[in-house]
Amino acid sequence: MKTVKLLFLTLFILMTVSLEASTIRVKNGQSIQSAVTLAAEGDTLIIEKGTFAENEITIRKPLTLIGESYPIIDGRAKGNVFLIASDNVHIRGLKIINTGMSNMDDSAGIKFFDSKNCTVEDNILEETFFGLHFSNSSNLTIKNNRLSSHAEREYQTGNGIHLWKCRDSFIEGNTVSGHRDGIYLEFVTNTVSTGNMIEANNRYGLHFMFSHDNSYIQNTFRKNGAGVAVMYTRNVLMKENIFEENKGASSYGILLKDITDSEVIGNIFRNNTIGIYMEGCSRSTFQKNSFTQNGWALKLMASCDQNTFEENNFIANTFDISTNGSVVLNTLQNNYWDKYEGYDLDKNRTGDVPYRPISLFSVIVEKIPSAVILWRSFLVTLLDRMEKVIPSITPENMIDNSPKMRPYDIRTANT
Amino acid sequence: MFKLLKYALYDIVKSRFALLYTLFMVLVAISIYQVSEDMSKVSLSLLNIMLMIVPLISAIFATTHFFNNLEFTELMLAQPVKRRDVFLSQILAVMFVLSLAIVIGFGVPMILWGADSSVLILLGIGIGLSVVFAGLAFLASVLTRDKAKAIGISLSFWIYFSLVYDGFVLYLIYSLADYPLEKPTLALVFLNPVDLGRIIMLMQLDISALMGYTGAFFQDFFGSAKGILLSSAVMFVWMILPVSAAMRVFKRKDF
Amino acid sequence: MISVQQIHKKFGKLEVLKDFNLEFESGKSYALMGPNGSGKTTLIKIILGMVIPNAGDILVKGNSIKGSFAYRSDIGYMPQIGRYPDNIKIGQLFSMMQDMRPDIKKYDMELASEFGLMDMLDKPMRTLSGGTRQKVSASLAFMFRPDILILDEPTAGLDPIAVEILKNKIIQEREKGRLILITSHILSELDELTNHAIYIHEGKVFFNDTTESLKDITGESKFTTAIARLMEWSLKKKQIKTELSHV
Repeated sequence: MKTVKLLFLTLFILMTVSLEASTIRVKNGQSIQSAVTLAAEGDTLIIEKGTFAENEITIRKPLTLIGESYPIIDGRAKGNVFLIASDNVHIRGLKIINTGMSNMDDSAGIKFFDSKNCTVEDNILEETFFGLHFSNSSNLTIKNNRLSSHAEREYQTGNGIHLWKCRDSFIEGNTVSGHRDGIYLEFVTNTVSTGNMIEANNRYGLHFMFSHDNSYIQNTFRKNGAGVAVMYTRNVLMKENIFEENKGASSYGILLKDITDSEVIGNIFRNNTIGIYMEGCSRSTFQKNSFTQNGWALKLMASCDQNTFEENNFIANTFDISTNGSVVLNTLQNNYWDKYEGYDLDKNRTGDVPYRPISLFSVIVEKIPSAVILWRSFLVTLLDRMEKVIPSITPENMIDNSPKMRPYDIRTANT
Repeated sequence: MFKLLKYALYDIVKSRFALLYTLFMVLVAISIYQVSEDMSKVSLSLLNIMLMIVPLISAIFATTHFFNNLEFTELMLAQPVKRRDVFLSQILAVMFVLSLAIVIGFGVPMILWGADSSVLILLGIGIGLSVVFAGLAFLASVLTRDKAKAIGISLSFWIYFSLVYDGFVLYLIYSLADYPLEKPTLALVFLNPVDLGRIIMLMQLDISALMGYTGAFFQDFFGSAKGILLSSAVMFVWMILPVSAAMRVFKRKDF
Repeated sequence: MISVQQIHKKFGKLEVLKDFNLEFESGKSYALMGPNGSGKTTLIKIILGMVIPNAGDILVKGNSIKGSFAYRSDIGYMPQIGRYPDNIKIGQLFSMMQDMRPDIKKYDMELASEFGLMDMLDKPMRTLSGGTRQKVSASLAFMFRPDILILDEPTAGLDPIAVEILKNKIIQEREKGRLILITSHILSELDELTNHAIYIHEGKVFFNDTTESLKDITGESKFTTAIARLMEWSLKKKQIKTELSHV
């Protein structure tokens, strides 16, 4: 509903403005900056196919820029390409390449300051340091843009979509690869990210801090250097996202640090070194998620409490859960564990004996990481069996009293 | 040599053991394929069989076969043939049958339900371990005159390599936890064919990258051309070493 | 034809053969006797290369057997208990043995056919009785017309008819000038088949001469009693030795 409302609003604004606005065509060889300077508020600039070698194009009034067949705006590796500090700026169909590569001014493809009701849609950004950079703005629509960069190292590139102190925005259907962080949000509230494809970025696919009341729905985060890291935030909704192929010594599907009162529902965690790593999280719900073929499905540090894990599937993970403490203040219930070996005599589809998801070997590996080379050896199998019969080292109350006999059918729209 | 091998093979292939073992392998493989849905789980279950059951059966069968065939071996020694050839024909026949059982036993279900390269490497490891443990069993057999004692020694080899050694490794890692242990553990892995087979396979299964730093280190090593070459070379040495030691003893042995 | 030269063999601490010398000549047939554990089987196995001596050498037809295996094609050996692979058939066993001697083209199948083995070439070894296996062993020993025949308890387990067939064959081969070496517990049989007696006691040759001179020396007319006397002497000798050692 929110989306529809906003769309109507923008349409309405556009229509009223266009009554008096004119359309200006910018031909190949002309200057976009001069066209911008000459244009009146609310005008539409149609940029024709061609190559425009310009940077620091500054827009300080409401304007609409539309590219025809993706005109190339080449920043020639100097500073920003667009600098925008105005409400109601809409940019569509441009191909923006080669920004400066400096950390000094955070060069970006398009950089917004203090703007409202702006749209960035259907653009292609290549070899930009930062892709789209917004600060202190609101009511933004960032949609269907394709951002890619090819830096070899983390410090050689900035973030793909970067929001700082923004609110009430949509980030939808974008593709980001090769940047430092795919999507970076800091002090961002009431923002929805859906259907984005965030792949092969050097650090995090999604990275947010102090960004409350946001939701992330049906995004895919794949093969990012360290997965997804979210911190110091409350009331987050993560729904039906896919976190996969995040492998490496310190790589996570999601790293949750100090996340509270949040919901993680219907996500798929597949082929990650660690599916979810949690530290200092509380009062959050993890429901209907599917954890398959991860090294560790869950690493639950002792600083987490009052979290609930229910109706999740744990399938073909090396370790289902590991923890560093002996006290467990979280609830596990109604999950499906493929390693569960119990029985269901009363045929209520719930196993009659509880399941302990922490194996002795995972405790050993938690203490001595090198011991992982003994994984799948006879010795380890034997130790784990013994521990199952006579639990001595593994935390006593890390237990699912109602393990399910059959896996849940968990799918997302973006598979 | 080939004549001897031909007859030894003929005898062993037609033996009840070869049939039962192959059947057992087929049943195990079929049930694993039936129970698990995805290939990597199949591979892991098959790996357990390869690492545990295959060496055990190889060791016991090779020892029993050696002693059951002792009189025939003696008969051969009275014929105008080389001792080396008598020995090699016996052990090669055993190795061949053990490998064949694995290839057929696991190969048929693989043809039926499909396989990937990791399963092929698994077959290779199964064959490698069969050869290693058949060699160790023959070594145990030529070192003693008593069948029960030889089976005991073969079993000790098996227990040592599949259990005791790993316990020792775990203890070592535990007591030296404060030091970087990746390289020493790599060396330790090479000193045990079962561990070596296990690690090579795990690296193939692409799960290794999920195993944190140690896993990544091992993946780096075993993924490189140098690592593949070195690990197969060491596996090869493991396959050759017990056999040649056993042959050395056999050549000097009194019957 | 076979020359046993200063053979010394120990099994662990047990000295089985001490500075052992013997000559076996072609055309003669030898009865190899001695109490259990005297070293007869060890001697045979050393000649066949199955047991490796600690010292000394064996010459067969003038050549040392050390590191050699081809000389064994001159020897037909019939073991005490012939055990064969279970699944091999008689015919296959025969052709296998023939395969191992590619130089020999003409085979002596007389024993095999007289034993009736030629009609059961398709039978697997595991289905055969102990006696039939002995027949197979005997047939194999004679099949290649070897110059030397070593027969370890050849008649054990054979039925009387088969024993007669085998005895005739042995006598026939002896007349062809082969060297025949027999161990047996049935002394009467040795009397029939051999003309030379070797008695081994505690790893040494106690007696080595023709059967006639054995009878002369012991003063007995029958071979069996002559051997019994020999045994008595050998045991007495031992007693004397122990008595002396007490002095």
